Amino acid sequence: MLREIIARLKQGHRTMAYPKEPVSLPQRFRGYPEFPATVERSDARACAEACPHGAITCDNGMALDTGRCLFCPECAAGGLVSFTTDHRLAATKREHLIVRPGGEHHLARPLEPSLRSLLGRSLKFREVSAGGCNACEADTNVLSTIGWDLGRFGIQFVASPRHADGLWVTGPVTENMREALLMTWEAIPAPKIVVACGACAIGGGPFADSPETHNGVADILPVDLFIPGCPPHPATILDGLLRLIGRIEGT
Amino acid sequence: MSARFLTLHNGSAVPFHEVPRLELTAFLQQMIDAVDRGWRVSSYFGIPTEAGATLCCALSSTSDGSIALATADAAGSFPSIARFCPQVQLFEREIAEQCGLPAEDHPWFKPVRFHRAFVPGRDAWGRAAGEPIPVGVMDYYRVEGDEVHEVAVGPVHAGIIEPGHFRFQCHGEEVFHLEISLGYQYRGIEQGLMGGPDPRTPFRMETIAGDTTIGHMQAYCMALEALAGTRVPARAEALRGIALELERLANHTGDLGAIAGDVGYLPTASFCGRIRGDFLNMSAVLCGSRFGRGLVRPGGVLFDLGPAERDDLLARLDAAQSDLQGAVEILWDAPSVMSRLENTGTVPADTARELGLVGPAARACGLNRDVRRDHPYGIYRMAQIPVVTAHHGDVCARSTVRWLEAGKSLDFIREQLKQLPGGGCRNEAGSLQPDRIAVALTEGWRGEVCHVAITGADGRFLRYKVTDPSFHNWPGLAMALRGEQISDFPLCNKSFNLSYCGFDL
Repeated sequence: MLREIIARLKQGHRTMAYPKEPVSLPQRFRGYPEFPATVERSDARACAEACPHGAITCDNGMALDTGRCLFCPECAAGGLVSFTTDHRLAATKREHLIVRPGGEHHLARPLEPSLRSLLGRSLKFREVSAGGCNACEADTNVLSTIGWDLGRFGIQFVASPRHADGLWVTGPVTENMREALLMTWEAIPAPKIVVACGACAIGGGPFADSPETHNGVADILPVDLFIPGCPPHPATILDGLLRLIGRIEGT
Repeated sequence: MSARFLTLHNGSAVPFHEVPRLELTAFLQQMIDAVDRGWRVSSYFGIPTEAGATLCCALSSTSDGSIALATADAAGSFPSIARFCPQVQLFEREIAEQCGLPAEDHPWFKPVRFHRAFVPGRDAWGRAAGEPIPVGVMDYYRVEGDEVHEVAVGPVHAGIIEPGHFRFQCHGEEVFHLEISLGYQYRGIEQGLMGGPDPRTPFRMETIAGDTTIGHMQAYCMALEALAGTRVPARAEALRGIALELERLANHTGDLGAIAGDVGYLPTASFCGRIRGDFLNMSAVLCGSRFGRGLVRPGGVLFDLGPAERDDLLARLDAAQSDLQGAVEILWDAPSVMSRLENTGTVPADTARELGLVGPAARACGLNRDVRRDHPYGIYRMAQIPVVTAHHGDVCARSTVRWLEAGKSLDFIREQLKQLPGGGCRNEAGSLQPDRIAVALTEGWRGEVCHVAITGADGRFLRYKVTDPSFHNWPGLAMALRGEQISDFPLCNKSFNLSYCGFDL
């Protein structure tokens, strides 16, 4: 027992102060994208054509869809798009994931007051991996470790859908997981919310338009929170969640 | 190995027409003989043809670093050799499912991933074209008796974990038999690669198994570099090695914590959960992604390492090593923990050898195999990393191997960071040569990752075969449960920690 106590003292208190203090992110982290306000049409088209995920469009002025973007370094290498270290990417509406030059940086918005008062200070999720590669799953799991300590916000991932307030989906939704996903959704008592965590769950990610998978969960169930990234950084996930429950407001 | 199989080295390519095309019976007999002599089946797959399939087998030997290749044509069906060579039983079912070709006399002939064959209209089980293929619906092995009961778990499990279905045949608490049925994560990766590569291919490679991003991506790059004749700069090889060992450290640390958690020893569980994140963050120092996404690309790596990042990594390594030591050493000193780990989930060495287990699961049974030493590639050709084995084949041995390997990886990374070669970190990736076959093996943190790429006359993939270590090791978990208490399943499962999507592809 003494050894455990000594180990505990050496390890120290490691829960981060976030959201009171900013979270520390590596210099090379690729977060919220930005590009010049005016882009030559030919440059924009070249950039759009170079993106293998169809995240960049140039029909109506240049736009980048963070729901399709995998935040890969190749794009930044082209020189047109750069990724800031701003981890705040989650949004409550699908169209809010489209970034335009000079446009508003949409952040996730709180749930309706009636739902928030029903949930009180507790929010429980049942997670379903439907073709997820275990990266979104791993960085969702990380939030429950002592470093992030998700429990301090009243948020928890639970074993039974009957105990959950919402469904947490990772992966593009494989055809082979569709039924199990819907059964889990049905087993959650109403009112219930859906979170699409990661590029796959939002729009299929690298598997978009693949014959064995669906293009994410949004075509199948109504989504209340979209969390972009491949996988999303835990800070991105937490920012979205805390905004959803009204623990962080404004910029 | 008989002269009739062609031998080559890891990460090299040969003209596909030079691979011996044997008569089917001789091909199968040679496979059985080779496995009897200690070779392992690294990959065995079919290339669909009009009459049936061209079967292709890649065997590997630990003794002289050779990989042996041969092919044979099968029409209508192909004979199963699983009764003589159990390590091919899943490969044969996979060939049947993908090519729509029944495996005759297979002792356990069932689908693997529940999808339609790559060839429209063909089906190994004679199912009609429009007939649905419900995942997991099949005959399971069943033990009958008044006091025998069946427990079915999944696909959705209690934690944040990928889906799979487990059927236990139990007598009271004791498990007589466990059958594992997967396929829920099937994303059609191999079928999607036919005619490839395309611009999305690297991203699919990085997500074959998200926790093995570097392991799979390096194998993909080695295959492409061999097909194109691309030379990789020494600096890039070192950086790839550092990234691969960081991936191993993060996962081994996470597993040690999870194993401690499953026996209710919370100090190690909570410390390791956090320290795992420290290693992921080191990968993010390298390339911005905690999972190494975007780092490794054909020809080299996309991110160089400056002196500031190198010093940052060295400082982080020291801190994490000290934390990890403090977190894990208390585990071995807790008698209550050791009594739960020892003699739990034992896989006998003979069983492990017959099943062809790989990685820490094999090394925990005393099987001294590690691709980094046996088939050295990249930086491991220049810098050796000691191989760790244990002998009991139980949860304790699998935990010990992880712990000792983590120490070796820490030393290795530190050494590499201190002597990074100069020069550039990426060469131009050339175009793929037509009609060639390349084999690439890497040692991912779960064990041997095998990619086989074959190009057609147009220089595009005629077939691309991926074998994740989990494909070899899931049957090992099933065997580990025999005679165990069902309540020990989570602990045994965690001690293997296999990939569902890596298996399902």
